[in-house]
Amino acid sequence: MAEEYLLEMKGIHKRFPGVLALNNVSLTVKAGEVHALLGENGAGKSTLIKVLGGIYIAEEGEIFIEGKKVTIDSVRASHENGVAIIHQELVLVPYMTVAENIFLGREPMKGRFVDSKKMTDDAQALLDANDMHISADTLVGSLTIAQQQMVEIVKAISFNSKILVMDEPTSSISDKEVEFLFETMRSLTAKGVGIIYISHKMSELEQICDRVTVMRDGEYVGTRVVKETTKDELIAMMVGRELTNYYTRDFLKPGDVVLRCDHISDGRMAKDASFEVRKGEIVGFAGLVGAGRSEVMKCLFGLTKNYKGDIEIEGSKVQIHNPIEAMKYGLALVPEDRKLEGLYKVQSVRYNSTIEVLGEFIKGIFVDGAKEEEITQKYIDMLSTKTPTQEQLIGNLSGGNQQKVIIGRWLATNPKILILDEPTRGVDVGAKSEIYAIMNELVKKGMSIIMISSELPEIINMSDRIYVMNEGNITGCLSRDEVSQEAIMKLAAN
Amino acid sequence: MAEEKTAAVSNTAGSRFSKAAKIYFKENLGIIVALLVLCIFLAVNPLTSSSFLTQKNVFNVLRQISTNLYLACGMTMVIILGGIDLSVGSIIAMSGCVAAGCVSRYNLPLAVALLCGVLVGLVVGMFNGYVISSTTIPPFIVTLATMNVAKGLAYVYTGGSPVRVVTKEWQFVGAGYIGPVPTPVVLLVIVLLVTAIIMNKTKLGRHLYAVGGNAQAAEFSGISVAKVKFLVHTYSGIMAGLAGIVLASRMYSGQPTAGDGAEMDAIAAVVVGGTSMAGGSGKIGGTIIGGLIIGVLNNGLNLMNVNSFWQYVVKGCVILLAVYLDYIRNKKSKL
Repeated sequence: MAEEYLLEMKGIHKRFPGVLALNNVSLTVKAGEVHALLGENGAGKSTLIKVLGGIYIAEEGEIFIEGKKVTIDSVRASHENGVAIIHQELVLVPYMTVAENIFLGREPMKGRFVDSKKMTDDAQALLDANDMHISADTLVGSLTIAQQQMVEIVKAISFNSKILVMDEPTSSISDKEVEFLFETMRSLTAKGVGIIYISHKMSELEQICDRVTVMRDGEYVGTRVVKETTKDELIAMMVGRELTNYYTRDFLKPGDVVLRCDHISDGRMAKDASFEVRKGEIVGFAGLVGAGRSEVMKCLFGLTKNYKGDIEIEGSKVQIHNPIEAMKYGLALVPEDRKLEGLYKVQSVRYNSTIEVLGEFIKGIFVDGAKEEEITQKYIDMLSTKTPTQEQLIGNLSGGNQQKVIIGRWLATNPKILILDEPTRGVDVGAKSEIYAIMNELVKKGMSIIMISSELPEIINMSDRIYVMNEGNITGCLSRDEVSQEAIMKLAAN
Repeated sequence: MAEEKTAAVSNTAGSRFSKAAKIYFKENLGIIVALLVLCIFLAVNPLTSSSFLTQKNVFNVLRQISTNLYLACGMTMVIILGGIDLSVGSIIAMSGCVAAGCVSRYNLPLAVALLCGVLVGLVVGMFNGYVISSTTIPPFIVTLATMNVAKGLAYVYTGGSPVRVVTKEWQFVGAGYIGPVPTPVVLLVIVLLVTAIIMNKTKLGRHLYAVGGNAQAAEFSGISVAKVKFLVHTYSGIMAGLAGIVLASRMYSGQPTAGDGAEMDAIAAVVVGGTSMAGGSGKIGGTIIGGLIIGVLNNGLNLMNVNSFWQYVVKGCVILLAVYLDYIRNKKSKL
């Protein structure tokens, strides 16, 4: 056993039903280093961290901490072995003070009662020792996100953690706050703490990280010393998979412009997006999670009140205030998060298929049941959705078939422009390929499709053109001749 | 054992039922069996066998459950929406007192008085609906507040004592008959039909399940979530207003204590009927059975001369048992 490593994870395997999420992954972290974990969405970073944190249990593999083999089979075991994880979504209690949050579940006692004074004093001492100018008796809810992160870090230190995992800590804080976060990280590493740092932002690697491990498709690709590698090498490692050939796409010459958007902004996540879509075209929207792609589409579909910018559909300027108006203009939006934004889980396939087109078979109190079944069946057949009956609860179908029902629901509105937000997320490979074939058929019939996707091979193989977004702005538009995974990543990670 | 037998019976008889009826029996099998077991027990039990299955008693039970089922019709929709309406019991008191007051204090015609009673329910319901649809205050809190306000106003209006009405016509709505059938039962059939039509045959009905099942998805679908919430709470208020005048008619008076705790019986009928408190699913057909179970149980306990204090205990246990059986069945079907 090499003693030089603070943490060593070896040959980790983790299976989920039908998927091998981690396949023989290894990770080593030295004491006093910041170690970046890099990979595309779905590469397995989070799964690996959850194995380290005791949330998932790996089927195979070994974990060594300071050279000793340890078993991490629960969150508690992970804590006891000196691992602390700061999740992307902070998990502090907003209605409790900083001190109460830091000592939650292990409050200092005086007899049978909590010793509030000692707790506050101890917490303040910890905060001061780390140069954090926060008062221990403030309510956590009144702190900024960055300050809350600091509290999480102090909480982690108070456990005497040796290994600190930070999952995209800079995704929601300002540049100045990032600088302070980095200083804190440096002072921690000076004390011998090892930090695993997950981030999409390449520029941060050079600033703060010593070594970097790249993962792809649940597999370990390699580890590099940051100073000895280049951005291009890392990008190539991240995306270097071979493109498979299950994409069906006949590229025809697109028609006239059907949709033109100028300077769309929602004032928050979407800052400035101008783009156009032609008849019979698939337009891809690439970018990292949080780049504002979905938010632009929400403006377009009338889901955002008070967006700014102009929308022109088939040559005439339109104002879209709600989804009903959007549908009238021939728009349809299959949302990103199927569970949260699409499914009526406890209702039938039929209910879920027809909810947008009730007017076609319900007149007053007269329901044309035959028509309802006919519409449902039409899209079951068209998309070859696998469901035993129309009465089947949609929650009992597989992810791919659920997605087909939702796509069918929106096709039933006869859209001219179909917006698909991550259409193949959580969909198995077979159904993915079928969805691509359906998209191809639709555009051949003259429909236009806007596809948001974080899967580079998918977006590259299916799109006529690709707009790339970064932090709310469109940073470029790539035609088929210009496009490559590297080109997209460069525009997206900027 | 009993369940298996009934399942077999409903299968062989299934060919005679329409598809919808088959689904209805399948969905509500558990509680239908429970209701049958209860009825059979009361029909063969020597203490009750002489009186239970008489026409008089059957109509008596139906009349007793009718007010609860009016409330339950509104409550089913409110609970499918993922909410709750605690104010219905107090609306009963307020609407009954106002209707009785219209006749005895202001000498208004009967029809106007009854309409005023229902209007009271409509107004409180609209208020609930307005606040719930335009803010994020939980329905539990909003209707808890209106429950107290409505109850208080009923006491203020009456000074705490019943407003008596002793005319023959006044009794028609609550204690009268249309042919051999008690008026409240005729009203019940109408109310159930209207509710079933709204829930199963209209766009509003579909939207109700969408908003209750996944409000965010409903927004994406362009459904007006606020409008659905407003209409459903208004409907619940109207149902409570109706229950209020029927009860006041039967008691010859508007009483500020009427309807105390009625919201809980309505919730019990809905929940025993298989509607999930989580929202998004449930059927009026289940609620009917739920209301019948509670009504028959009350009737049986009375016929057996069970001490009224013990009746609460038994009722509570039966509610828990019915919901527990449903939980077991759902758990099995999910695995």
